[in-house]
Amino acid sequence: MHALAGQDGASAGHVVDVGEVMQAIAEHKGCGTTGGSGKASCGSAAGQGDLPTEIWEKVKNHPCYSEEAHHHYARMHVAVAPACNIQCNYCNRKYDCANESRPGVVSEKLTPEQAAKKVLAVASTIPQMTVLGIAGPGDPLANPEKTFRTFDLIAKTAPDIKLCLSTNGLTLPDHVDTIAGFNVDHVTITINMVDPEIGAKIYPWVFWKHKRYTGVEGAKLLTDRQLLGLEMLTERGILCKVNSVMIPGINDKHLVEVNRAVKSRGAFLHNIMPLISAPEHGTVFGLTGQRGPTAQELKALQDSCEGEMNMMRHCRQCRADAVGLLGEDRSAEFTTDKIMAMEVKYDLDTRKAYQEKVEEERVAKVAAKQEELSTLAGAVSDIKLLVAVATRGSGLINEHFGHAKEFQVYELSTAGAKFVGHRRVDLYCQGGYGEEDSLETIIRAINDCHAVFVAKIGGCPKADLKAAGIDPVEDYAHEFIEKSAIAWFKAYLDRVNSGEIEHVARGDAEIRQGALTSAA
Amino acid sequence: MALKIIASQCTGCSACEPECPNVAISEKNGTFVIDPKKCTECIGHFDSPQCTAVCPVDDTCVIDTAYPRYQPRI
Ligand code: SF4
Ligand code: SF4
Ligand code: SF4
Repeated sequence: MHALAGQDGASAGHVVDVGEVMQAIAEHKGCGTTGGSGKASCGSAAGQGDLPTEIWEKVKNHPCYSEEAHHHYARMHVAVAPACNIQCNYCNRKYDCANESRPGVVSEKLTPEQAAKKVLAVASTIPQMTVLGIAGPGDPLANPEKTFRTFDLIAKTAPDIKLCLSTNGLTLPDHVDTIAGFNVDHVTITINMVDPEIGAKIYPWVFWKHKRYTGVEGAKLLTDRQLLGLEMLTERGILCKVNSVMIPGINDKHLVEVNRAVKSRGAFLHNIMPLISAPEHGTVFGLTGQRGPTAQELKALQDSCEGEMNMMRHCRQCRADAVGLLGEDRSAEFTTDKIMAMEVKYDLDTRKAYQEKVEEERVAKVAAKQEELSTLAGAVSDIKLLVAVATRGSGLINEHFGHAKEFQVYELSTAGAKFVGHRRVDLYCQGGYGEEDSLETIIRAINDCHAVFVAKIGGCPKADLKAAGIDPVEDYAHEFIEKSAIAWFKAYLDRVNSGEIEHVARGDAEIRQGALTSAA
Repeated sequence: MALKIIASQCTGCSACEPECPNVAISEKNGTFVIDPKKCTECIGHFDSPQCTAVCPVDDTCVIDTAYPRYQPRI
């Protein structure tokens, strides 16, 4: 199938099947079940599976690399890298409204020293914080001194924290050795094209070696450097994730080609994200009225790339200073003033003990799902449908409908429950919306789902959801998501088969604009 | 003989600072400023002013007409 090792065969001695690797990570279990791509993987239940130990160690508690881990572990970003060396049409560097947040946007810039202190403070408060990322708000590698100084400080005081960084890739080849030297084991490269003609529509210019290059020339430079950087990283055994922004009409079809190009160079994971674009962001795309994709368009593209490679569907496109589990942002608790005033004691043992408990939870969750899945064995049906889940993490249905800032979406079929994405519904920065409107927004966001699983829901929204054709399900409050979804699906199939209800397909849904942040 | 930064447009991103061959750029109250005594418009160093080339906001690093154009000493 897909060999992870570099194309040229200059691999570090191990050839890994990416499909199986991701299968094992996503499913976190043993034989015979179909997961994401329908590929089976054999291995020890609820564990490492077929993963080589060194890769498993890298991904098992990284919320961005493992869909399953993102329910349990938290990450934080520190904004130490304000400068950038390219210009993207979906980014307006001037825009930093305290009320709004988008990926890459921050309200506070930190020095490396402040950042290191912040990391320690957060890690002591949130023991499941395992990953520190530097993602901006500019390009970390356009600020190499600040980025690497931060890594250096953290590696010395908190050696158990994984370091990662996100880059546009322009100067990546120059820094690969430093990155490897810091034991950075995950790098994300944003690659939106491999064709400079398309690139010219996304990047007005790049600044390289003291010169600004525009149009096709600039885009050619960028793509060459990105792919070279990717190859150099995978040759050194550093895991690479590729982010792509899906821009309908510009690179949407082309991303299949991007997917192939990055896969062949050893990328570990491909994360296709919807374009975030609104006129008030003041970006070029915002002003030209370039729209983002709908939920269905995004899913269709992700599905079409999935056979090729493993897709990440849980990206929240968080801010460059996000703190917490994916889908939550606790950055307001850790402002510079508060941190500088904090007495921080870094306690490695408490963190370890906590993380061990988390591992137990994970194993229990997977076992429950396996058990439920076996009851589906023998069921034959072509029905495939989506359900939304209100959760606060730990893989449980544990959020009140009215409190949910996002819903996780699972695709159900006789193959089981597969996580396919999330829908944001927080009304952040929209101001002045009443109850009625917020419910409408939620319904639009999960309009493609047949049911929504919640810990609790009030009478009014319940009736409105039903009227919209979405079944509000409270029966599985505080139970495991996948197990419950499978049980519900089984009952659904029974009712369809007995003629009690008729299965009808649902429409499309809207993708909420803006990055996730804590509500004001 | 210098460029200046239009403060109201500057995002404070700091991209220009390390690019200046004359160390003429520094931070002041969240935005960046050019020391006109140090700026040589990059003449003798690069083909174009580096601050202008790297700045993400158009028309932010511009020629300061308060000064005569820089004359390189030959
Ligand atoms: S931006 Fe995406 S990749 Fe980075 S932490 Fe957030 S979810 Fe993970
Ligand atoms: S024009 Fe050149 S010398 Fe003058 S401030 Fe800009 S980078 Fe420095
Ligand atoms: S590059 Fe432009 S926006 Fe950034 S600090 Fe310099 S003048 Fe300001």
